[in-house]
Amino acid sequence: MKAKVQVFLKPGVLDVQGKAVEAALHGLGWADVSGVRVGRTIEFDVVETDPAKAEVEVKAMCDKLLANTVIESYAISFA
Amino acid sequence: MKAAVVVFPGSNCDRDCKVAIERSAGARVEMVWHQETALPDDLDLIVLPGGFSYGDYLRCGAMAAQSPVMREVIKAANDGVAVVGICNGFQVLCEAGLLPGALLRNEKLKYICKPVALDITNGQTRFTASFGEQRSAVMTVGNGEGNFFADEETLDRIEGEGQVVFRYQDNPNGSARDIAGIVNAGGNVLGLMPHPDRSFDPDLGSEDGAILFRSIFASA
Repeated sequence: MKAKVQVFLKPGVLDVQGKAVEAALHGLGWADVSGVRVGRTIEFDVVETDPAKAEVEVKAMCDKLLANTVIESYAISFA
Repeated sequence: MKAAVVVFPGSNCDRDCKVAIERSAGARVEMVWHQETALPDDLDLIVLPGGFSYGDYLRCGAMAAQSPVMREVIKAANDGVAVVGICNGFQVLCEAGLLPGALLRNEKLKYICKPVALDITNGQTRFTASFGEQRSAVMTVGNGEGNFFADEETLDRIEGEGQVVFRYQDNPNGSARDIAGIVNAGGNVLGLMPHPDRSFDPDLGSEDGAILFRSIFASA
């Protein structure tokens, strides 16, 4: 099973990269684009086949390393 | 008087720190590789230097915070040994949970490298006691992610407890409440974005960093 973790800065934390990308999109003519956020995706294979059990493990990985929960939130999915 | 400077892959201020501590305080300095599972005995100070540990992969300081030597640094910090994280070292201390908050990308996305004027907002710490009546200092910053962030509750708490030690007089990077350096609740762990290791000699434009290093050993 492939785990996918998406990490973004929390809504209250200023995402300066997102702001810069948004300004560039506006400059290219997509003037109505708003709310751009830049995050990262981390993918990896897990041997666990039960998504509920795998989620517990991946959540621990997020809290320990993959995300900094002071500034970031994360979403976990499996495929 | 003995100090250790931790060397991560990608550290680039480790030798600056060694020279700065030797010349400022006359202390013996040992370099400690990040894979070490033990620290030298009888340390008065542990320094996490500036640089780009692990190429800033994942987040600045995130990988370094999980390296083997950090388990020992955390133990030593909990035993009261003085720990200073400078620039990338500050990021590592936050990632390791030894200091509250986190360092974000600079507000204007720009890498900022220049001398900055700081207010010393707590002169009672072991890192600032030797500044005496001097209430300001000049040190050089050099970072792209030095924008200190913490939630309002945490900011109120660390301000209330006197944990904010240095503030920018002219905030260069958007740091919350102009914060440039903080200590932990125990007062023995300091993280700061400005570099005392680049400000310890008149030829470098400021000697204020030397006062910081001397202060640590004066209280040791």
